[in-house]
Amino acid sequence: MSRITIKEVEELATLSRLQLEGDEAERMRGELEAVLSYIDAIQALDTTGVEPLTHAVGFPCPLREDELEPSLPIEAVLANAPRKDDRFFEVPRIVPKSDGRTEKTGGTR
Amino acid sequence: MSSRVESLVASGHVAEIATAVRGGQVRAREVVECYLDRIAKHDGTLGCYLRVDADGARRRGDGVDAALASGATVGPLAGVPIGIKDIFCTEGIETTCASKILKGFIPPYESTVTARLSAAGAIGLGKLNMDEFAMGSSNENSAFGPVRNPWDPARVPGGSSGGSAAAVAAGLCAASLGTDTGGSIRQPAALCGVTGVKATYGRVSRWGVIAFASSLDHPGPFGRTIRDAAWMLSAIAGYDPNDSTSIAAPVGNYVQACAGGVSGLRVGVPEEYFSVGLEPEIESAVRAAVETIRQAGATVVPVSLPHTRYAVAAYYLISTAEAASNLARYDGIRYGHRATNVGSLEELYARTRGEGFGSEPKRRIMLGTYVLRSGYYDAYYGKAQRVRRLITNDFQAAFADCDVIATPTSPISAFKIGEKISDPLALYLADVYTVGPSLAGLPALSQPCGFSSAGLPIGWQLIAPPLGEETLFRVGGAYEAATSWHQRRPRALFGTEVVA
Repeated sequence: MSRITIKEVEELATLSRLQLEGDEAERMRGELEAVLSYIDAIQALDTTGVEPLTHAVGFPCPLREDELEPSLPIEAVLANAPRKDDRFFEVPRIVPKSDGRTEKTGGTR
Repeated sequence: MSSRVESLVASGHVAEIATAVRGGQVRAREVVECYLDRIAKHDGTLGCYLRVDADGARRRGDGVDAALASGATVGPLAGVPIGIKDIFCTEGIETTCASKILKGFIPPYESTVTARLSAAGAIGLGKLNMDEFAMGSSNENSAFGPVRNPWDPARVPGGSSGGSAAAVAAGLCAASLGTDTGGSIRQPAALCGVTGVKATYGRVSRWGVIAFASSLDHPGPFGRTIRDAAWMLSAIAGYDPNDSTSIAAPVGNYVQACAGGVSGLRVGVPEEYFSVGLEPEIESAVRAAVETIRQAGATVVPVSLPHTRYAVAAYYLISTAEAASNLARYDGIRYGHRATNVGSLEELYARTRGEGFGSEPKRRIMLGTYVLRSGYYDAYYGKAQRVRRLITNDFQAAFADCDVIATPTSPISAFKIGEKISDPLALYLADVYTVGPSLAGLPALSQPCGFSSAGLPIGWQLIAPPLGEETLFRVGGAYEAATSWHQRRPRALFGTEVVA
């Protein structure tokens, strides 16, 4: 029996915010299964009492004074936005209209 | 084009080009033109560059010439043309990470590393091809086409910095910048017959480098020779307040270290790195390199890195977990690709990402999401962090008995394009010798140490303790002084097989 089902792949895709097309989910299922089976070998290693390592090289992180420094102008930050309005990034409507519908657009207000 | 410029470019040494420009023997603009000619002639086949900034390079070349003519002081790399992996943000120049999701992205700021190279006088020729989001070891995962190996265009250059390694090997830039997360500088350096260096984690700033796995990402240089790499690393290493993991320690004298010799150095050889799956020709080339260094005055000692067999698994658990969270930023809202004709915000995210990412980033995001899921976190991510400690402890224990560790860089030489694309796991396993030093954050380099009977380059890897970069350059310098592999050139691209 396979360890990862198509349903699980679909759940993972939802959690990952990835829309999979065509046979992508089935291909992904096989590939994830192969990689996870290999990775599982790590479970055989006894790591009782071993502290997790988050920082490989332990040098102190210098602190600086909490002073205001220059940052990018808003126009530069917005320059790459696919859709913007004035000084804002544009996103699709999040709060439904009073009739409960959301419109199909690239995300107008 | 003067033959002086052409021979300078054929040898392609960073220091020689800088000296000739500074001394007025050649103009920076002439050097730039010579590299642009080579790119125009050869890059259609090789695919190293995603973008050539010819006008910008000419302008900067003229700038160096004008500065010299006016008697101004110029930086140590003034007039040296370099290539930049497309993972470094370059202000005003499109930066895509070889992904459709970043097509058209023009960074509003410059990475620390590219800014430092510009300040040193280096001239960026353009942005180099790579595996999408630096995920891969063959450069076949680029959304904009593969890179071909200059030694055999039917073969891969390695990855993920495949364009950076191939461009240096083909003489399409004097030196280049790459990044290394699990071997992405060292492995392509080995497969293309050039030198690639990953310094200690935190030695080179990550500011402005598009993130893949933040606790493992290391920017670093490629050069034809150990000295070229030393010049490049000297220009980019050092503390950067914009990177919270940057190390505030003085930068060593890497160029001088290249001539430091190996007398008194102890070279450790771990048997775990000469195991099943290692091509016999690679094994004998690396063992011969160790012997060369012994004859140059070093002592050779056996060492053991017993947790090596768990390194690939730990690496893929940690790197995919970090990638899944880093790549969450590509949402179609602030920059890059955005899906059209969508209803909800959730649909915008899922469609944008589904359309924009290629299969390898998708696979790794899914795997990272899987291992970080509640209920699995400790069994996978937590376990991998514990194994990471054991691997790091292995190196620490080995360095009690030696000053530097010598191993093969890759168990296999350059393979045919398409040969391994359908089996992601097989390619992951080929990272076996490079992921250990990545997990431990150790400085490591790959240097040419021979050729296979098929004429393909072989590299050996040198690993040092934290901030031991100078030791790497001492060994690399002594090895180059005793051998001539670094003078070999692909005949089709240089019209000769050896360049002094």
